Amino acid sequence: MSTPTIPVAGGIEGALDRSHAPAPRGTYLDVVHSWIVTVDHKKIGLMYIGYALIFLIVAGIEAMVIRIQLAVPENHFVTPFTYNRMFTMHGTTMVFLVGMPILFGFGNYLLPLMLGVRDMAFPRLNAFSFWISAFAGILLYFSFIGGLGLTGTGSAPDMAWFAYAPLTERAFSPGHNVDYWAVGLLINGIGSIGTAINILVTVFSMRCKGMTLMRIPLLGWIYATVAFLVLVAIGPLTAAQGMLLIDRYLGGHFFDTQAGGSAILWAHFFWIFGHPEVYVLVLPAFGFANEIIPVFSRKAIFGYAAMVGATVGIAFISTSVWAHHMFTIGMTSFGNTFFTLSTMLVSIPTGIKTFNWLATMWGGKIRLATPMLFSIAFLIQWVVAGLTGILLSIAPFDWQLHNSYFVVAHFHYVLVGGILFMIFAAFYYWYPKMTGRMLSERLGMWHFWLMVIGFHLTFDFMHLPGVLGMPRQIYTYEADRGWGTLNMIVSIGSLVQAIAILIFVYNLVHSYFRGEPAGPDPWDAWTLEWSTPSPPPSYNFAIDPVVASRRPLWDLKHPEDPDSAFE
Amino acid sequence: MAVLDDHVFAISQPEFLRSYRACLASVLLLRPHDTSIFSRDSTPAGEVHSLGIFAIAITAGIFVSVAILLFYTVLKYRRRAGDINEPPQIFGSTQIELAWTIIPILLIFVLFLGTTRVIFAVQDAPKPKNALDVTAIGHQFWWEFRYPTLGIVTANELHVPLSEANAPMPTFLKLTSADVIHSFWVPRLAGKTDLLPNRVNEMWIDPHETGLYEGQCAQFCGAQHAKMLLRIYVDSPEQFRSWVATQQETQQSHTSVEAATNALPTNATPAANAQDNTSAITPQQGRRVFEEQACMNCHTIAGTAANGRYGPDLTHLMSRDTLGSGIVPNGPQNLLAWIVDPNNMKPGTLMPAMHLTDVQNKQLVAYLTTLH
Repeated sequence: MSTPTIPVAGGIEGALDRSHAPAPRGTYLDVVHSWIVTVDHKKIGLMYIGYALIFLIVAGIEAMVIRIQLAVPENHFVTPFTYNRMFTMHGTTMVFLVGMPILFGFGNYLLPLMLGVRDMAFPRLNAFSFWISAFAGILLYFSFIGGLGLTGTGSAPDMAWFAYAPLTERAFSPGHNVDYWAVGLLINGIGSIGTAINILVTVFSMRCKGMTLMRIPLLGWIYATVAFLVLVAIGPLTAAQGMLLIDRYLGGHFFDTQAGGSAILWAHFFWIFGHPEVYVLVLPAFGFANEIIPVFSRKAIFGYAAMVGATVGIAFISTSVWAHHMFTIGMTSFGNTFFTLSTMLVSIPTGIKTFNWLATMWGGKIRLATPMLFSIAFLIQWVVAGLTGILLSIAPFDWQLHNSYFVVAHFHYVLVGGILFMIFAAFYYWYPKMTGRMLSERLGMWHFWLMVIGFHLTFDFMHLPGVLGMPRQIYTYEADRGWGTLNMIVSIGSLVQAIAILIFVYNLVHSYFRGEPAGPDPWDAWTLEWSTPSPPPSYNFAIDPVVASRRPLWDLKHPEDPDSAFE
Repeated sequence: MAVLDDHVFAISQPEFLRSYRACLASVLLLRPHDTSIFSRDSTPAGEVHSLGIFAIAITAGIFVSVAILLFYTVLKYRRRAGDINEPPQIFGSTQIELAWTIIPILLIFVLFLGTTRVIFAVQDAPKPKNALDVTAIGHQFWWEFRYPTLGIVTANELHVPLSEANAPMPTFLKLTSADVIHSFWVPRLAGKTDLLPNRVNEMWIDPHETGLYEGQCAQFCGAQHAKMLLRIYVDSPEQFRSWVATQQETQQSHTSVEAATNALPTNATPAANAQDNTSAITPQQGRRVFEEQACMNCHTIAGTAANGRYGPDLTHLMSRDTLGSGIVPNGPQNLLAWIVDPNNMKPGTLMPAMHLTDVQNKQLVAYLTTLH
């Protein structure tokens, strides 16, 4: 370390804090107490992730009930009432209690570490946001036993996750199912907005010395964009839920068609939230790919500036595409044309990202460890999801495919094939940082291959019943339509996925106790989180880092060829 | 009901297409239960089909190119054992990045132009003077069909005339809903259009073949959304004319029930013959039950006092093939089971079990089965 060009204060010894010794563990109660009162971004991040994993299992069980019911025609495994609750709660849970929390969890955990700072901008707001969201999830699930009491499935929401009016009005949904849904998500939204503000402020004003906007790891750009989208999207949803509650209890008529209200108004409000929400969920997956693909290809990300531009571009375009969920609702031909075009435009920045990932791999030395395997599967599955998205953006084709199983297959390709695969990749990649131990690679391989097989059995075949005319959200179907075999294959695939996910959960627990020690930088990576011990101490960095390029650890490891020489 | 008119089929399709489609249909074992969006039997469905094939071809091309590129990259550039050197670091290339921005823009431009043509061709198609008008009204969980120009009201089974190339007779539907949002989807004839309360949407079909076309509600509308099935019968012009003539009759004009019921003594005088015996299983007694219990508050039987609008019009109940919006075949047995407890056959249906006596239920069936 003789050259003075090393961009981290104190040189590599300053960045790699080896003085840290784990604090002595207190009693069981002390540990619980420390987690409940914590304002440490890492602990809050881990709580978000744990909370989301619990609901991932719950919503997964709901998915299995759905698949058992649909495996054969005219099945009586559950009643229509239970089935409608299952798919409503499955969708609502996966979006609001799994997708958003797990992505907020990774964001919380990683952003301060990657930006070289000691915590989020507002640590107390951070804790508040987590706990209020956690309360919202519990409130939503209390509906199974609350309301009308412990009768069957209680009064769990049963009007589909998009809760179209006027089905949600009291004339058609008496009881409290809609109330649990609206109030639960309204409260959850408060937490989401708190976290979004926190992320925005952190990324834009909490970076370490030398980290200019164009040196932020791409994950930082992604999360800033996501936070912006959350602020744009959650507002209309919260407003609509407020209006719905006014309709239900204060004599309002916003969506009450029997008194001159508008059913379409709800659809607009919901999808103005709903489509940006898709990108809220998918952009962090892109962010993980932006970090993982370069490290495992041993090359810098190809076209950093274009990636930033594409991210922001996707966010802007995504706020003008919502009505592609409404091609069949009776818009004018001009309206249908406009939303066809705006939707198709999303594919351009998305295409840029895909090709930039490919170019990053091109000419690299690709290490096929589990994080990279999941990323490669993500890439190809994401391309398919995007292409079926283009098919659905074609308004006339959507007149046929809308609300069919083709759409269900399409968005599961996005949510599972895209997002969930990248979340798995992120787990394999950052779990060593979070726990200090590697996840078992052997179990990881089982998890990966079973997941790939199960995913494709389920969601490739799920497109076909849609093409053959099977609508979504039906509790059973006619035996003579020819959908039976396909649905059976889909159900078998979902079972394979369930086994894969159980292996993954086992791996998380097993490796926590038995995994190989990871050391600070097991993947030979380049961003600042890998300069801290694993797990990082509560203060993150012993000395505030100073960076001179996008890849500070590359500069440290390659003083003869630092990135900083080219920036 | 003729299912397929092969003669019409033959003149409207080239031979090779016909055999290809017959082959496809037999492979899938679907007709007449075929609800594939690619079995196009009407102009709107045909337009969507051609556009869809075009779009699938483009997207499939993109998929194959990217997939080949990805797998080639992974195979060629995977790290060999023992190689610890870092590859050359390349940070980007404006020319290459411009190329993969511009090529997708061009592809999208082409797709967009094709799409726009079809949107306007289908959605803004002019309505011919001889088009048949039908109003479809969605209910939880059944369909009401009204023919305003013909004075017909029916439910769940829509009859429309064949529209041949040399004598086009399209059907234009006005769609609305009595309660929540539903969606009208018969994939072989056209894409779906939603039925919204407090609003009227429009769509049209011009079926090129006679037969039965199935579909179902495509917008979640409550407990029995799955069993809100839809049947469209495409009749030859003669069949359609005779169906219209039957439907236009009221029950007064071809049953003798009216007279018999009027003859009933109003002061519960003991009945002298079987017709007046309140426990006799006769259509006359069934009609009395229908009108004295709550049935007539929800159902209409044209020509009688029953004029409820909440449930399906029963004037020509027995002219329909199915019950409960397509869930079971129509017939005395199923009719009885349905009346005794509708919620047993279709949990969540809004028709209540009236808790009538066995005799009353049988009398009702005896009456309803006369409604041809």
